[in-house]
Amino acid sequence: MHRITEMARSKLGAQEMRPNTSYRLRVSVLARAQRCAAKMAALMRFGKLCRIKIRVIGQSSSFKGSPTCLLRRTFSIYGRLSQQTFDSPSDKPQFPGASAEFVDQLEFIQPNVISGIPVYRVMDRKGQIINPSEDPKLSKETVLKFYQKMTLLNTMDRILYESQRQGRISFYMTNYGEEGTHVGSAAALEPSDLVFGQYREAGVLMYRGFPLDLFMAQCYANADDLGKGRQMPVHYGSKELNFVTISSPLATQIPQAAGAAYAMKTLNSNRAVICYFGEGAASEGDAHAGFNFSATLECPIIFFCRNNGYAISTPTNEQYRGDGIAARGPGYGMMSIRVDGNDVFAVYNATREARRRAVAENQPFLIEAMTYRIGHHSTSDDSSAYRSVDEVNYWDKQDHPISRLRHYMTARGWWAEDEERSWRKQSRQLVMEAFEKAERRLKPRPEWLFTDVYDENPTGLQKQQEALQRHLEQYKEHYPLDLYDK
Amino acid sequence: MAAAARLVLRTASGAKVLRAGLGWLGAPIRVPHAAAHFTFHPDPVPTRHGPTQKMNLFQSITSALDNTLSSDPTAVIFGEDVAFGGVFRCTVGLRDKYGKDRVFNTPLCEQGIVGFGIGVAVAGATAIAEIQFADYIFPAFDQIVNEAAKYRYRSGNMFDCGNLTIRAPWGCVGHGSLYHSQSPEAFFAHCPGIKVVIPRSPVQAKGLLLSCIADKNPCIFFEPKILYRAAVEQVPTEPYLIPLSQAEVLQEGSDVTLVAWGTQVHVMKEVAAMAQEKLGVSCEVIDLQTILPWDTETVCKSVVKTGRLLISHEAPVTGGFAAEISSTVQEECFLNLEAPIARVCGYDTPFPHIFEPFYIPDKWKCFDAVKRMINY
Repeated sequence: MHRITEMARSKLGAQEMRPNTSYRLRVSVLARAQRCAAKMAALMRFGKLCRIKIRVIGQSSSFKGSPTCLLRRTFSIYGRLSQQTFDSPSDKPQFPGASAEFVDQLEFIQPNVISGIPVYRVMDRKGQIINPSEDPKLSKETVLKFYQKMTLLNTMDRILYESQRQGRISFYMTNYGEEGTHVGSAAALEPSDLVFGQYREAGVLMYRGFPLDLFMAQCYANADDLGKGRQMPVHYGSKELNFVTISSPLATQIPQAAGAAYAMKTLNSNRAVICYFGEGAASEGDAHAGFNFSATLECPIIFFCRNNGYAISTPTNEQYRGDGIAARGPGYGMMSIRVDGNDVFAVYNATREARRRAVAENQPFLIEAMTYRIGHHSTSDDSSAYRSVDEVNYWDKQDHPISRLRHYMTARGWWAEDEERSWRKQSRQLVMEAFEKAERRLKPRPEWLFTDVYDENPTGLQKQQEALQRHLEQYKEHYPLDLYDK
Repeated sequence: MAAAARLVLRTASGAKVLRAGLGWLGAPIRVPHAAAHFTFHPDPVPTRHGPTQKMNLFQSITSALDNTLSSDPTAVIFGEDVAFGGVFRCTVGLRDKYGKDRVFNTPLCEQGIVGFGIGVAVAGATAIAEIQFADYIFPAFDQIVNEAAKYRYRSGNMFDCGNLTIRAPWGCVGHGSLYHSQSPEAFFAHCPGIKVVIPRSPVQAKGLLLSCIADKNPCIFFEPKILYRAAVEQVPTEPYLIPLSQAEVLQEGSDVTLVAWGTQVHVMKEVAAMAQEKLGVSCEVIDLQTILPWDTETVCKSVVKTGRLLISHEAPVTGGFAAEISSTVQEECFLNLEAPIARVCGYDTPFPHIFEPFYIPDKWKCFDAVKRMINY
């Protein structure tokens, strides 16, 4: 954007003198200003005439002429790209914007989309560890926890999806096929690490121990919902579990997560931030903002992209033409990796290492987890309208994060049919209990419509609340008051 | 004092010959200039906040930021070009004094600046973001309206970004044209969850900005850029707060209530003087100060007394904030109104470059409205 700046100044304060400022230039500006009746006005006219920022310039010792208006690039002195010293006779490029050699042949850089960034894998589709040195060697207890959290989420998804189909809740989004990305990454974090998500990361909360009752309370918007029934279903949040409340606008959490990570760094909290988003959301301007800010401001953050092949009905070839999302990372100066999102150990390893380095080095990491969205986008979507049942079935039956981990456990004798049967039964029972309890619970008090807009209600809002109260007293039979807490 | 502080952009003879010191533009150029459309008169020196120092508006902003950084170790200031002092000099010296981790440049991306600021605030630190001109706040509209404003509400008060303050230069500047002159407050007035604040002077700017920073809600603080250098008065060096959502009655009157904010308050003060002198009309001048949530009580109380209301703002009239004030006053003071409520505002056009003198709701337009209201 083109900006105008007035540098109308009546006197030169010492505080404004930068060490590299050319005194000669300052003096020439001042002298000219003094020749005018109103110095300020004169300088403002310069700004107006030039229509560019008037700036003092650094490194102007070799500059001839009277440049009062120059665009000067302000660059971060703590950036990775420090400016080269000005050295004219050398045959190296002196441009401040990049560190590179000259070439004397015309050649455009080709994107490498045919053979893209490889997909990191730890175990194959049958749960066999491919390279033993990459085996995280997690304890049986931990692996069982992975499995139970993934399957519990899967059970909850099935029941809540059905409940929406029956009109018992207004909306739902399943996590089918992406359970591994949630649990694998959540396990690699510290519980104090702050999570920003999109909406298909319920497994992270599940792993952190968010109770089924509270998942259900949110979807039913009942009086137990921590969010006070204000948001659509699946917009979970938990202060206690450091999971920032989900919102619908896509990618808005990405620059926010960068800001939170910057604050973590300045508060020396030894905490990291993880930020989840889909490959569709990565097309938003906010994704660009978040990646770039976190790199230039050196934030301890992990960007975790769930590339599941679709943004509602839009396939990835209509979303981007580069090599997915991971290939963008290096363009922002960001360490990047692509992992098999159906391999919970690959996700775990990548996240764990990214977390370790992000905190130690204060720099961002990008993980692109390749998966497939097995379910519909949401309960408002019928995905058979834009993709084949065979395609979906392949991922559901041949390459699923849950079945892959089950193979791994079975091979070690940690899991068998009996355990599977009894766990299925038990998990279904747990979900059904929470479900019925949530359904029976009353909705929150109608006054909660008005609270938390601000920390304290402004007078105007108090009046609106009183008006509703009076209205309800008079017309109560026309409102579903019996469903709400008193 | 007042004369020295005026933005004199021409001699009395009108157009002035200016030699632009640019080699490739050696020929003299005639540039028509309008006289400043207002005169800044400083308020009486405030004594209750300790020692004062002469400051213009940008210096009073710096003073407020300085106070904040020194008292709140979590506070950070960021935006485009703030590190070297800012394109309007509002952050001069702060980076040297408090360090590059606390006063730093961001990439040139407004949606990023506000999103980043929200994140800083969510993590519990104090975020003071600068948008270089209010005209460029629109790329961050989504982050402000859908995110910042709704953070506390949607999370059931588990998370909030109340520690976020967004500062932006605002209003006309004589030659700012379409994208260095805008007054976007009405766009934000329609958005529950944020506060929008606009000061009229250095003393107000410091006190209101410190209140915005201390307030537990996301605030947008618009700084009338034409006053950065033009408005000079004695400002307390120590921190002090001026309460939000409280209008200030600057001048008592009995015939007409004049409501404005920012630079336009100074126009209104002049209009009140003209009305008294030429028409013998007594005007009550009110500086609204906070646009959202606004002080209905002070305005309505005044209109109950005077029976007439004129609201004036630089922004276009349709959908401008004057409409909100007007309809509220009409609801609350129907039996007291002696004349239709007048709105003297910018026209429903983009903000023009060379036609600025004709565009702005200057004192003559406001004076004429007062005259017609009295004769209604």
